Amino acid sequence: MQLGDTKPNQDLLTSDAVVVELTNISKVFPGVVANRDVSLKVGRATIHALVGENGAGKSTLMKILYGLHQPDSGTIAINGVARQFKSPSEAIDAGIGMVHQHFMLADNLTVLENIILGLEPTKFGVLSLSDARARVRELATSIGVALDLDVPISELGVGQRQRVEILKVLFRGAEILILDEPTAVLVPQEVDELFVNLRRLVSKGTTILFISHKLDEVLTISDRITVIRQGSTVATVSPNTVDRLKLAEMMVGSDLPKPGERTTKIGATTRLAVRGLSVLEKGRKNPVRNVSFQIAEGEIVGIAGVEGNGQFELCGALLGLLSSEGTVEVGGKDVSNLSIRERLNAGLAYIPFDRHREGLMLTAPLWENALLGHEATLSRGPMIDFTAAKKACREIISRFGVLTQNELVPAFVLSGGNQQKLVVGRNLATARTVLIAAHPTRGIDVGAQAAIWEEIRRSRDSGMSVLLVSADLEEVLGLSDKILVMFDGEITAELDPKSASPQILGKYMTGAR
Amino acid sequence: MIESRTTQRNFDGVRKSFVTLGSSLGAIVLALVICAVLLLLTGKDPLVAYRQILETGLSGDKLLEMLKRATPLMFSATAVAIGFKMNLFNIGVEGQYLFAALIAAEMGTHVSLPAPLHVLFILLVAMIAGAAWASIAALLKIGRGVNEVISTIMLNFIALSFIQWLFDNFFRDDSDGGLNVKTTKIAPSGRMPDLVHNRLSGMFIVALIVVALYWVVVFRSRFGFQLRASGLNPIAARTAGIPANRMVLLALMLSGAVAGLVAMPSVIGDVYGYGPSATPTQFGFAGIAVALLGRNHPVGIVSAALLFGFLDSTSAELQLSGVPSSIVKVIQAIIVLVVVIVNEASSRWLNRRTAERAAIALKGLASVA
Repeated sequence: MQLGDTKPNQDLLTSDAVVVELTNISKVFPGVVANRDVSLKVGRATIHALVGENGAGKSTLMKILYGLHQPDSGTIAINGVARQFKSPSEAIDAGIGMVHQHFMLADNLTVLENIILGLEPTKFGVLSLSDARARVRELATSIGVALDLDVPISELGVGQRQRVEILKVLFRGAEILILDEPTAVLVPQEVDELFVNLRRLVSKGTTILFISHKLDEVLTISDRITVIRQGSTVATVSPNTVDRLKLAEMMVGSDLPKPGERTTKIGATTRLAVRGLSVLEKGRKNPVRNVSFQIAEGEIVGIAGVEGNGQFELCGALLGLLSSEGTVEVGGKDVSNLSIRERLNAGLAYIPFDRHREGLMLTAPLWENALLGHEATLSRGPMIDFTAAKKACREIISRFGVLTQNELVPAFVLSGGNQQKLVVGRNLATARTVLIAAHPTRGIDVGAQAAIWEEIRRSRDSGMSVLLVSADLEEVLGLSDKILVMFDGEITAELDPKSASPQILGKYMTGAR
Repeated sequence: MIESRTTQRNFDGVRKSFVTLGSSLGAIVLALVICAVLLLLTGKDPLVAYRQILETGLSGDKLLEMLKRATPLMFSATAVAIGFKMNLFNIGVEGQYLFAALIAAEMGTHVSLPAPLHVLFILLVAMIAGAAWASIAALLKIGRGVNEVISTIMLNFIALSFIQWLFDNFFRDDSDGGLNVKTTKIAPSGRMPDLVHNRLSGMFIVALIVVALYWVVVFRSRFGFQLRASGLNPIAARTAGIPANRMVLLALMLSGAVAGLVAMPSVIGDVYGYGPSATPTQFGFAGIAVALLGRNHPVGIVSAALLFGFLDSTSAELQLSGVPSSIVKVIQAIIVLVVVIVNEASSRWLNRRTAERAAIALKGLASVA
């Protein structure tokens, strides 16, 4: 990609070229690693990337800049003037805008209405959309975004929604744009489009702070990269002086584990067979329609797809959470009419999509979380066996390397990666025949990711059938023996990971057949 | 290493109990201050009123009265707390216990059993009747998705009319004459012996046993864990294979069964029957306040019930000394409001402290590794 031509000479950052200067920012923030003496200089009209593992403190730092958190110590200077932001509105007044990972748009309002929300121009107290329309259109054209302003948000795709968010922030006069993991929700084609838009913005004088942990993208788009580890800055580098591996090692602080090639063979027995599965929903198109596939002993089948294309409902139907038509066989046994507990007892295990929603009791201690689903085995008569339950939890903690003081702290004090390790450790304990892993490594750090991938491989090598649902294409391509693409509730393609690439997957994921 | 871990654990537990106790006591003091301001505004001297409450309340007679008044509150608060532990708001304790009182009083006159069995039989019938009435709300929730808050409130009204109809048409016994009509008097074998003659019924002991059982079942048993898990995160509990619908049914029936005992101190300990004006009302709602004040914890429930019993026991005497007796109800209401607010604030503070401590401890771990 030829986007790097306009990079200014970074080594000659004169003081008036510095737009944002953070000096010695520290913040003790419960549950996640604090920022410790972080300093950062961002040059005018550049794309400055902030990389680091999840929980390293990048988002906290940006939230401090955006006025959502106040630093315990340290200073913020914008255009050379020291500032203190008590709230986002003060940061917005200073020309700072932030696009969050989770969009904040009103679904039933149009694009235009969303962009001007809160700043509606009026004439004699009556809403006057014509001026606003002209201004928004001008803004959109200037950064090369083509959008129909009168369509409701609910009809837009994820990439387009993100562009609306960006326009919304620019409309409020932002000259410094913070993007929190902007590419996490996009397919490769959309990422390319986003990068073109961002380059246009920079050429118009906007400064962009780009939070990411996808290193290839960071290397492609940024003018400068700051690496954060455990709350402190490791280094600020120029992308042409580092490569992917170097960056990753700076992030983790050690050599990266290498994914191992599989040495075991896929067996002949089918462990999971799904035939004509449809999830029925009243008043809406059925979210899963006539899905059939089989997974053999020791095989990993990956399901790739943009979120919301029926993957969630598919897993729900397999587990028995949602009512469905069709048959599901686990280890040769028809479980279609069995309860969730009976399916789990048949050897099915599920790593849930969302550990907070489906996995954890956040205010309960770790050992109670580890007990969930295993009450039957960790009991003596009708009473819970507390000693055994705590021991079982300690075993998960040591086997999966959950970083915690002990098993008595509430689950909310753990970082995301450690919470996920606990959930994976707990749910793998019942796994004997089939493992459904839904986004097993979403939002967790590289170290924890490697550990969980290793567990998935181990399950596979022990002869289990694994269904891997993920939005992380690298993960799907790296682990799967076969890839199914899900689009709009149906399986639209079956690919061999050896010959597939993120680009090809991306094409199918957006509806090509 | 092991030793230091154990000390750390005990320390955490002790600190948590201290914060809980401290914030509850602080809330009560704050509530008394607010009440004092209210009293001043109405032209009464708060010090006189409070001294009056203490002086009358702390006499031996009144302390027995406190235990007597606390008894039904312990039952109703426990019933409410069982629901709360599963995030179910059982506002229907009122209807459940009145229905149970009528059915148990009537059934108790139709059997002849030796004394302890007769009493047990009546208690059992009361619990079954309470559970049955509560199960209506559970079935509505499971089958039709009706929110239990709405259905239990509505079922209170239905219970009142239904009881009136049953009583007037089938269970009324006019043989006693007089205005205060009741069901037929329960035979002596079906009466709960007094703990202190004519002052305190043996139901007080039953209430303590029920609260202890509540602790064992909800905090120690497998069923209790499933119940609490379903309350903490219903989706996670269901994903882990805990059957959501069955838990709703069992939790509400258990809550209703305990609710069924609320009027028993009157039915088998005092009046020996059911009567529309003889059987006490309003304990279902007071139980919500006591459960909130006691934070659904067994020790908290007993303490809160005793506090409310103490305040109630003084209200009659207050009137005599020129302090409006309704001040007691005002104090109770303000205590509950303040406690809810202070509880929320203190648990947020505690959570933040826990998280900070964990972060610091982890940094220690990381630097060692």
